[in-house]
Amino acid sequence: MRTILFLLQKEFLQIFRNRMMLPIIFVLPLVQLIILVNAATMEMKNLKIFIVDQDLSVTSRQLVDRFAASPFFRISSRSFSLDEAGEAMERGKTDIILHIPANFEKDLVRENRAEVQFLFNAINGTVAGIGYGYAASITGSYNREIIAKWYQIPKGVIAQQSIEVRPSFWYNPELNYKVFMVPAVLAILVTIIGAFLSGLNIMREKELGTIEQINVTPIRKHQFIIGKLVPFLIIALVELGFGLTIGKILFDIPINGSLFVLFVTAAIYLMTILGLGLLVSTLARTLQQAIFISFFFMIVFMMMSGLFTSVETMPNWAQNINIINPIAYFMKLVRTILLKGSGFRDIYHDIIALVIYGIAMLSLATWRYRKTV
Amino acid sequence: MKMENRQPIIRVRNLVKKFGDFVANDNLSFDVQRGEIFGFLGANGAGKTTAIRILCGLSKPTSGEISVAGFDVYHQTDSIKRNIGYMSQKFSLYEDLTVYENIRFYGGIYGMTFREIKTRAVALIEKLGLTRYRDTLIGSLPLGWKQKLAFSVAIFHQPKIVFLDEPTSGVDPVTRRQFWGLIYEAAHNGITVFVTTHYMDEAEYCDRVSIMVDGRIAALDTPAQLIRTYGTANINDVFIKLARNPGLIPAEVQI
Repeated sequence: MRTILFLLQKEFLQIFRNRMMLPIIFVLPLVQLIILVNAATMEMKNLKIFIVDQDLSVTSRQLVDRFAASPFFRISSRSFSLDEAGEAMERGKTDIILHIPANFEKDLVRENRAEVQFLFNAINGTVAGIGYGYAASITGSYNREIIAKWYQIPKGVIAQQSIEVRPSFWYNPELNYKVFMVPAVLAILVTIIGAFLSGLNIMREKELGTIEQINVTPIRKHQFIIGKLVPFLIIALVELGFGLTIGKILFDIPINGSLFVLFVTAAIYLMTILGLGLLVSTLARTLQQAIFISFFFMIVFMMMSGLFTSVETMPNWAQNINIINPIAYFMKLVRTILLKGSGFRDIYHDIIALVIYGIAMLSLATWRYRKTV
Repeated sequence: MKMENRQPIIRVRNLVKKFGDFVANDNLSFDVQRGEIFGFLGANGAGKTTAIRILCGLSKPTSGEISVAGFDVYHQTDSIKRNIGYMSQKFSLYEDLTVYENIRFYGGIYGMTFREIKTRAVALIEKLGLTRYRDTLIGSLPLGWKQKLAFSVAIFHQPKIVFLDEPTSGVDPVTRRQFWGLIYEAAHNGITVFVTTHYMDEAEYCDRVSIMVDGRIAALDTPAQLIRTYGTANINDVFIKLARNPGLIPAEVQI
């Protein structure tokens, strides 16, 4: 125990003597939160739509007005020529083309049916898909209105007859994307601090040769690992607290769950991710190797964790890989604790998984750390 | 009691260390007596560092019987480590800690009490003339001071043996002399000193020296006796004679 105290004292002295440390702890979360949360948005606003209205009737104009009024679309240009619109699409000036053929209104009156055409730039499939959804819903609702008006059906009857979908969005009622992103960025922050700083710290001792001096002392392996683990665990938790404060002030994210649950969960998660970082650094011979290996795992784990794309929509095999992805656990836990207000009883399954994972990683790191070569 | 004192503090029999096909230590056998300053001489790459690392428990031998401070290097490395000090070729105190912090850290992990650390650290810093630099980061001290400090830290916990791996390389002659003053003082206080070097003049400061050539011990005796045996003016010439005429190297060196 005394040995561990001396190790901790030494680590903290070195960490805070490092001039890079304070900026890393305080500037990194600020920058990440402000940039990532604002930039990484899935909301589609201002999709550029090119109007080719060859009918110029009252009905067609009303339809176009609906698009003009929608917050999701912005009319970028109008023309009578479909070719011109196609050219705009090719030059990337527009995302969607709405083509209303001549005789649109006439067909609608005479034959009771008419067609409009939407053309989507599907280079970004998500944009195209979501854009189609919005466009179809605007067109559909206008269609219902026309039916109601032309057949002189009292308002409301159509609505009553058809099935009305009225969504209620739980845990994020305004579908505010930032509320979804802030917890994720917090999870990434904690991960980076945990995995990288601890691993790099050991690599530094390896490269400077100071680890050899440690290895000729009677320090036990677990004491050494604890000495490297605890300082970064504490720093990462401070980081989480700081990030959370920033998130509350800047983005007013909800904190529905208990902070105690959040920090205990974070501490457990950090055991895993620090263990992983320490394991990598005991295996790697050089700093480059350590950075490369950590980076590789980080990217894969982060992308699969549900940071941007939701885990539920991934194929089954991918979801199965996430069983060994510590970031995926924590990503989910931070979001449910903060947004849903989950307590230990709701999340004990994932917590137990993380505990097992953490113990395994730390044991492996301790076992792999060699005082003898 | 007398009998026990006669027991060598380091006992090496048929030490072999191979890295793949390369034989770094080829069948070394020697004893080091308590309180002795034992020199390990040889050119770069002769296998000195490999041997010293094995004796410190940093590396496992391929074969051979080795005991250090009465403990076996295969199974009792932790006990060995409690009883030795080590100063590696590469300066390895923490450059981002101060003089005092380094001393305190190493004293602490060897289990010294806070009071012990405090009083002995003050005395040590004063002895080295570093009182003014007590709270200076080690990284900003000149190399000679660092080396003296590294040695003092290696023996701060009063080990039975201290292993020094080329402690004076890159240090000016004046500092080297001061450094040897510290080594003598340690030996006087009963610490056995095992020192490797490639400065042949330093060999004459040792009680006994072994000269390593290509992973083998070519000669082992007191400096005076070696000079007599090989009929040379100094140890440097003994070394050159041995290195140039492998035929002079006996198959088995008498321990």
